This record gives sequence, C-alpha cells and structure tokens, in this order.
Amino acid sequence: MSTNGETIIEVEHLVRKFGDRAVLDGISFNVHRGETLVIMGGSGCGKSTLLRHMIGSMKPTSGSVKLFGEEITAMKEREVERVRLRFGMLFQSGALLASLTVGENVALPLLQHTAKSPEEIEQIVKQKLEMVGLTGFEDLTPDEISGGMKKRVGLARALALDPELLFSDEPTSGLDPIMTAVVDELTLKLTHGSHMTAVVVSHDMTSAFRIATRMIMLGHGSIVAEGTPDEMQNSPNPEVQQFIHGRPDGPIPLNLSQEEHKDHQQVRPRPFLGGRFRFHHKRS
Amino acid sequence: MKNYIQLNLSLLYWILIAPFTGQFFKIAPIFRQMVFIGVRAAPMVALTAFSVGVTLAMQAAHSLESLGAEMYIPDLVMITLLREMGPVLIAVIVIGRSGSAVAAELGTMKVSEEIEALQVMAINPVQFLVVPRFLAMMVMLPALTIFGNYIGILGGWAVCTFALDFNTAGYVLRALESADTWDLYSGMIKSVVFAWIIITIACNAGLTVEGGAEGVGQATTASVVQALLAMLVMNAVLTGIFFFAA
Ligand SMILES: Nc1ncnc2c1ncn2[C@@H]1O[C@H](COP(=O)(O)OP(=O)(O)OP(=O)(O)O)[C@@H](O)[C@H]1O
Ligand SMILES: [Mg+2]
Repeated sequence: MSTNGETIIEVEHLVRKFGDRAVLDGISFNVHRGETLVIMGGSGCGKSTLLRHMIGSMKPTSGSVKLFGEEITAMKEREVERVRLRFGMLFQSGALLASLTVGENVALPLLQHTAKSPEEIEQIVKQKLEMVGLTGFEDLTPDEISGGMKKRVGLARALALDPELLFSDEPTSGLDPIMTAVVDELTLKLTHGSHMTAVVVSHDMTSAFRIATRMIMLGHGSIVAEGTPDEMQNSPNPEVQQFIHGRPDGPIPLNLSQEEHKDHQQVRPRPFLGGRFRFHHKRS
Repeated sequence: MKNYIQLNLSLLYWILIAPFTGQFFKIAPIFRQMVFIGVRAAPMVALTAFSVGVTLAMQAAHSLESLGAEMYIPDLVMITLLREMGPVLIAVIVIGRSGSAVAAELGTMKVSEEIEALQVMAINPVQFLVVPRFLAMMVMLPALTIFGNYIGILGGWAVCTFALDFNTAGYVLRALESADTWDLYSGMIKSVVFAWIIITIACNAGLTVEGGAEGVGQATTASVVQALLAMLVMNAVLTGIFFFAA
C-alpha cells in the first residue's frame, strides 16, 4: 500500500506529438509495487495514449519509460515481449479476438506461453471467468456478448498469466454498479493479497476512489494534480474539484480543443453557455 | 514497400528458422485456413475452369478446322490450360475470393486493436496470423490449380465428344501425347510463386490498415488490384524464363 516499495514503473519527461499537437507534453511519475495508480482526465486528454506508451506499443517522441527497471522505449520487439509476459493489459475496447470464443480468448496467453495441459488450462479459464462474474460463458463468441461483458472477458484474459502488473483502460465503463463493485473488489483483492501493481484509467469517480492508492489527473498534456485519494478530494485546484464532482461549470473547457473550433466554426457554443470563458487562462 | 519486405523477412524467419529453435507451427490453424482459402474456393474454381476448357476447345475448333487440323484441338486445350490459363485464372479467383477475405479480416483485426492486443500478450502477429495463412495458401493454390486443370480438360473433352467427332479415348490419348510433364510442372511453379505473391500482399495490406472501417475497405481493394497486377507481371516474366529464353 505504501510508496516505499520497489519502483515498478518510471515515466520521465514523456512527450508524444501527433503532427504538431503534443498530446503528452512532458509527463513524469513513478509507480511502486503494490500500488494502484488511477489516471483520470477528460475524454481525449491522452490517457489511453499514455497507457500505450507504458506497454511499449507506441514509441514516444522523447522521454523515457522504464518497466521493472528496464527502459522499454529503446527495446527491440523481441526484448519487449519478454517484459510483456510480466504484465497484463485490458484495452478500452476489450480487444477480444473476434474469431475465437470467450474461453479461447482467455486461454490464449496460457496456450502460447505455458506448457500446461488442456485440462489445467480449462480449469484456469473457468476460474478467471468466475472471478469476473462470467461463469458458463466460455462458448459464446465476442459478438454474442455485451460491451460490459467484453470488458470483463478482457480483464480475465489480462489476468490469465497472473501478472505482477496490470494495466486497465476504463475497466468499469459500461458496467452496472454491482459489476463495477465486483471488478473493484477484484482489483483490491489482487493488489492487497497478491501484491499486484495496477495502473487503472478511470472516469468513474466512485470506482476510482474505491481502488486508488494514488491518483493523477491529466489535462492539456501534463499532470494537473497528483496525490492520494484524500489529497485529491481536498485539492484546492478547481480543475480537480470540477472533475471529481462532475460539474459542467469550471476551468476545464467544455468542448473540443481550440484547433477543432477553427475547423468547425458552426459548432462554437454561444457565449452565454457555460462559464468556460471565466477561467480561460492556463494555470501551471 | 518497407513493410512488405519486413513482412517477408519475418515470415521467412518464422518458417525456416523458428521451427529449429523449438517454435514449431501449430497444425490446427493451418488446416482451418486450408479449408477457408482452398476448399471453399473449389466450386468457383471448377466453374471457371470448366468454362475456360469449353471456350478453348471451341476457339481451337474454329481456327484449326479451317486448316484441317482438328486433331490438334486436345493439344491446344491441354497446353494452354497447363501452362497459362490454369495457373493464372485460378489465381485470379483466389485473389478475388480468398486474398480479399484475408486482407479484410486482418484489417478488421488491426482497426479493432486485436493485433495490438496480441502483441501486448507477447504473441507475434506474423507467427500467429500470417504463418498459417501463408502455409495454407502455398499448399492450396497449387492443389486448386491441379484440380482446375483437370476440370478444364474435362470441359475440352465435353466439346470434343459432344460437338465434334472425337471419342473419349481419342481425346485422352491425343491430350496425353501432346503435353509433357514440364507443361504441368511449369504451371505448378507458377502457382507456387503466385500463392506467395497473393498471400503476402493480402496480409501486408491487412496488417498496415489505418483509419477505421473505411481504411479496411480501401486496403482490401488495393490488395486485390496489387495482387492481380503483380501476379500478371510475374506470369509474363516466368513464361519468358520457361518458354522463351530457354
Ligand atoms: N494514432 C493516433 N493518431 C493521431 N492522433 C491520435 C492517435 N491516437 C490518439 N490520438 C489523439 O490523442 C488524443 C488522446 O487520445 P486518447 O485515446 O489517449 O484519449 P483518452 O484520454 O484515452 O480519451 P477517452 O477517455 O475518450 O478514452 C486524442 O485527441 C486523439 O485524437
Ligand atoms: Mg481512452
């Protein structure tokens, strides 16, 4: 729980540009063993992009990402694979293989990376699906299940190899409150019991405050605020307050980014809508 | 182009080197792809080949009769089919049916993050997705070509026995006498080369898709056009090497 454990992830001065636009603009933070780091921030602020850099599937424009003490941005594909065996990832879309059944999806990492017998694998698949509340869904295909179920299958697959580090991109979006609680319980159980480390992107504030040991909030390419859930709750930063209480009025611009306004003059909101002009300057 | 070369190199690694380091390819997915790429294309191949055999025999009858050389009709059908029409037309069918399907399937996987998910699970997409399709195509296109040749010859026979005054034995004897094994082998070599071209272009198009469903559509169309052009140019080159330069 505490931050004195070994450092698992070190992100330093991470910059990622798409064209001229810096989506990530100098991000630095560390994650220690056993922590659950929640990354929050408005839609499109670069949370998924940040995760993609941490799993080595995107290369940064500049900056460094170290997993388990190893720099992954400079690694060859073959070396990255070795590191990837140590963590699991749940994609925002679930990213299940459409040509395989639910059970085969969860079994895939086991089949590829372990020498377990088919019976053992079947057993593990059952157990992982049970953990996410999907007992008996093995034989359905991904297009026969709902969005929230896909998420949970994705989580079961990410956990198939019992990773020591889990990345999840909005694990609870699309889930009902009870399932959200089940998934949160699962994350808590794994981080407390098995000392798993988790990095979770979440929009869902109830869930975020339930599981986080530390939180960071992204905005305009950098970290707006960072701290324990208590510190965030009591943060004097109006952007944080606006975000965690979900208020439409505040310093966070309501709509699309500035450039997109230039492209779409006709969707510019009428001036009396929202207080977004009141705090337009950027704090740093 | 860089992607295409990389894909070919990585494919060679997974097929020629990796099996000796203990990473042998799994058999089940290869069979699944063989059914998909090959067996399901068989009816279309049969229909095409039969029409071509019939057409060739009718054209041959038309031209050769005026020379009083009707007896050479089976020769013409046989040699044209084995050397050119068989391998090329069956490759055209397989490009339109199986190449496009592979490009669309891999492209859809790319845009729905499935490829990325495989990589993050430390599963190499070339090993997992491309190798089975490649091996299936390398086996099935030559097999379909042999099958198509046979059906085409049957088409020629139909014209010769029902519309002209050949009997079955006459047709078969004449056909066997005219063609030598090199006619068959050259066609087989062509179809192996075409198989390589078709499947690598299709897989490369799929794996490099960008931009959602629209991107998948464009990549699929592009893969069909590129494969057709590459296949036809390669056919001219191989015919030149086999029958012209020698
Ligand atoms: N491959 C890409 N090419 C160009 N721009 C991209 C690419 N991927 C992401 N972006 C841009 O980066 C920004 C951040 O995207 P990202 O998906 O990381 O947002 P997010 O914070 O995860 O949003 P959400 O909460 O809606 O999932 C977006 O403005 C997006 O347009
Ligand atoms: Mg996202």
